[in-house]
Formats: sequence, structure tokens, C-alpha cells
Amino acid sequence: MRTINLLERPTSGQVIVEGRDVTNLRGKELRELRKSIGFIFQGFNLIDNVTVGKNIEFALKAGNYPKNKWCARIEELLELVGLSEKIDSYPSSLSGGQKQRVSIARALANSPRILLCDEATSALDLETTEEILALLKRINSELGITIVFITHQFDVAKAIFDDVAVMEHGVIVEQGSTFDVFSAPQHPTTKALVERYLGIALPDQLVPRLPAGRLIELRYKDEGAFRPLISEVAQHHDVSINVLHGNVGYFGTQAIGTLIVLVSARQNGQVGAQTVQNAIDELGSHVYSWRELSSDLNDDLGHSVEAVFADDALAGTTGATGEAADGATEQGNTAKNNSVKHSGVKHDDEEVLA
Amino acid sequence: MSDTIEILQDNLGQALWDTFYMVGIATVVGVVLGTALALLLYLTQHRLFTPNRVVNEVIGFVVNAIRSMPFLILLVVLIPLIQLLIGDPYTPTGGAIALSIAAVPFFARIAESSFCEVDDGLLEAAISTGAPTRQIIFGAIFPQALPSFIRGIVLTIISLLGYSAMVGTIGAGGIGDLAIQYGYNRYETGVLVAIVLLLIVLVQLIQWIGDRIALKVTH
Repeated sequence: MRTINLLERPTSGQVIVEGRDVTNLRGKELRELRKSIGFIFQGFNLIDNVTVGKNIEFALKAGNYPKNKWCARIEELLELVGLSEKIDSYPSSLSGGQKQRVSIARALANSPRILLCDEATSALDLETTEEILALLKRINSELGITIVFITHQFDVAKAIFDDVAVMEHGVIVEQGSTFDVFSAPQHPTTKALVERYLGIALPDQLVPRLPAGRLIELRYKDEGAFRPLISEVAQHHDVSINVLHGNVGYFGTQAIGTLIVLVSARQNGQVGAQTVQNAIDELGSHVYSWRELSSDLNDDLGHSVEAVFADDALAGTTGATGEAADGATEQGNTAKNNSVKHSGVKHDDEEVLA
Repeated sequence: MSDTIEILQDNLGQALWDTFYMVGIATVVGVVLGTALALLLYLTQHRLFTPNRVVNEVIGFVVNAIRSMPFLILLVVLIPLIQLLIGDPYTPTGGAIALSIAAVPFFARIAESSFCEVDDGLLEAAISTGAPTRQIIFGAIFPQALPSFIRGIVLTIISLLGYSAMVGTIGAGGIGDLAIQYGYNRYETGVLVAIVLLLIVLVQLIQWIGDRIALKVTH
């Protein structure tokens, strides 16, 4: 993330923004690039000893905005973020969410085409996070600004990302549309992340106490969830299907349902095993995906995963028009290229695009 | 007792004026040049600006060299230089020069540490707006560092007030001079006590005013 506006220079590779290689920009050219990229931070980073208005004025001055229009522009920006009455307040008198709004106003002062959000909601409570996300969503659709957002908060990713890239140790391990990635994760990291988020791990101590049978995880998508599949299959194959765990997660308007079931035979021996196999085959043929869980099913969920999601083309799919949208889509692509091609910049606190 | 009052009546006004003159000049020179040096030190050591080890270490060495000399020794060392500059070193102006030379590196380190207190995140935010370094210094670093900067100025003034008494020992004037000439050399304990009391009040007053100002710019 910080390499996109070159707050940090990559140790190798290129940074391409809107189709342009910016890796080696310096001085004035670099400052011009930065004016077209807004940046908001986890810690807000406002100047504490000057007022809200002056904080925004700083950015306007940096952007060579005509001095006689500063006042009007500051009022316009504060209105956009809903803080008009705070123009003469000092940051210390604001709440976290309000500070982040001011920092958004500051980032938007020079009408950037891209807004970088570095864990922008991680220091906020749930309610405030939602407010900020709603604001960002509005900025994305109304102003047509591409938003690149890094977070470890799954809810945030789910709520506003159109596209997502999952990063581990500075490398993108999986990317695609948010629904695709989260409904059918491919990489172990993403899988672990999604499973942990959906909460579909059986408690460790429960597994040894389960009755005999085979543990199956079924995943439904959309209308698949409405069929009375479990009872149908149970009757049809003369097996008992015990629902151990279930969950539905919503990604925008789409839903992903997950069930963990224990399929056991009513008869013993070879015949029983075969009926169970048949039942599982039929279950599997009617759901979006399924897999058999072994008794050590929690193993892959136990390790800690640091992952980062980047929404690399939010504006591209939310109805932004004209030039901004083009720029946005382009940036989306370049951000991806960028991060795929180059890896290896290690930051002290997290893994980010490199 | 009447002697004491007489001595004070005759000399205190001039002595006070000389002290203010010396400390005033040294403070202004120290703050202006010290801040400039501090900025150089800060910008050449900070990863977000223009790291330059050589420049940083050279300036750092000079600053440390001057600061490593006890003021009285620095004063003696400077006498030939001051003589060269203004002829008579044993005057308030001579004292002011010596104090200024001590004040610059002293304040440079204080201001540098004020700048270093500014959070990197704030700098990154300022840099991300595309602002040039000049604007970042005056528009972000200075306002953010201002309270600590003002406390640094107060600290410097009070230290210089103390140093100015040493300037008095070589006969360059000021209330330190008065205290030593009459209070010490001529056993006028009353003068000594009066000046000590005066210094205590003066220091308290400077600290109080400085704290008030620092508080006012802290938000």
C-alpha cells in the first residue's frame, strides 16, 4: 500500500499507477503523483495543534488550490463527510470516527482519483466502522474514486470490496471478485480465513466424542439453500444425517451457506458403508461444493494467519462514470499487476502490497 | 544595610539591563540559528526526508564539541575571538557573543528533540498530500512541535540566565557581575542575597509565562 504513493520505495520491481511506471519518480513529479492519490491511515494522523479547517487547508495548499477558494472548498469537503460544524474545532475534541472523517476530507481535498486506506477502520468501534464504510462507499460511487483498502477485518472486506486480494507474507496468494474468493477459496490461507470467519470449525473436544459416521462439510450458494436436501437424502438412502453445525454468510446480496453433517449408516458392515457412500454422493451432487472432514479437521484452522485484503477496483463495478471510472479500472489492474509481480518489501507491522 | 541599598540603587538597574541585553541577544541568536541547525540535523537523519549521514554527523560533531565544553572554559577560549570581533571582550556585547555561541548548539539539540517527537504517521500524511518539504516543516512539524519547542525556549532562557552570571565573573556586566563584585569580593552579603532572591523570582516568572504559552498552543 505504502509503495503505491512511494511513501516507501520497493526494494525490487516496479510500481505502476494508471498504466504509468512511477517507481523512480522524484521531486516535483512525485509530489504531483501524490496529489492524485489520497491516503488515510489507521491512526488518522491529523495535526493536533491546528483546527480541522487548517488540517484540510494544508492539503489544499499542497495542491496549489487557488487561495481565494480555500474556504469554500473546506466547507464543501466538511459537508461531504458530515462535519460542517467542526471547522474550527481541534482534533483532540473529536471522536475517532470524526477524526477519520476529517482525514478523509483532507485526502479528498485535491480531488484524487485513487484513495488508499491503510487499516482505516481498525482503530474504530463497530458502529463507527460502519459509518466510515458507508461514507467510503458513497465517495466511491458518487465521486468515482477508486479505493484501495487494506484490512484484516473480514467484515470490512465483505461489506465494501468488489474485488479482493488476499496477502500473506507480502505476496498475493489469491485474488478475484469478493464473492468468488470468499465463496470458493482456493489457497489454504484464504480457506482458513473464510472458515474462521464463518465460524464453521467444530470444537476440538467434540470431535472424539462423535458417534461413528463420516463428517461432511457442505457448502450452498444462493437458492441451493432452499431445498430440503438433508431429509430427502436421509429417507432415500436409509442413513441418518446429523446436522452438527450450520452457518449462512452474506456477501452483498449473495449468500453462502455451510453445514457440517455427520452421515451414519443404520446397518452395519459393508452394506452400511455403501449406503453412506451413496448418500454422500447424492448430497455432493446437489450442493455447490463439499468435502469430507477428517477427525483432525481443526488442524488447518489453528495457525495464525495474517492476511490483507485489497479492494483494487471498487469504483470499476459500482457505476462510476467517465474518466474517473476508466482511471479506476486501470488502477485496479495495475494494482494487481503490481502486487503480483513484486514481492519482498517487508514492513515492521504488516504485510502489504509490494 | 544602607550600603546594600545604596549599591543596589546605583547599580542594579544597569546590571539588570545588561543581563537582559545579553540573555536577550543570545536567546534570539540561539533560537534562530539553533532551529536552523536542528532542522538540518533532523532532515538529514529522518528516513522520510533526506537522510545524509555525512552531513548529519559533521553537524552533530560540531554541536557536541561546543556543548562538551563547560561554559566557563568556552568563555575563556572565546575571549581572543571576541577581542578580534569587537575589541573589548569585557563588555555586555562581548558577553552576548559568548552566550550566543553557547546557546546555538544547546538550543539545536533541544529543538531537534522537539521535532523528533512529531509522529512519523503525521509526516506520512503530510507527505501524502504532495506538500513540499518546506510546507511540511512550517505547516505540520512546527505547529505539532510548538508546545515542546516553547518549553525548550524557556529552558534555554533560564540556562542562559545562569551562564550570564559566569560572564559576570570575567567582568562583562550583568547581575552576576554585580553579585560577584560587591557580594563576593567586597563581602556585601546583602547584595548577594538580594540578587539570589531576584534570580529566583525571575526564573519562576519566566517558567510560569513559558508554561502558560506552551499550554495555550497545546490542543
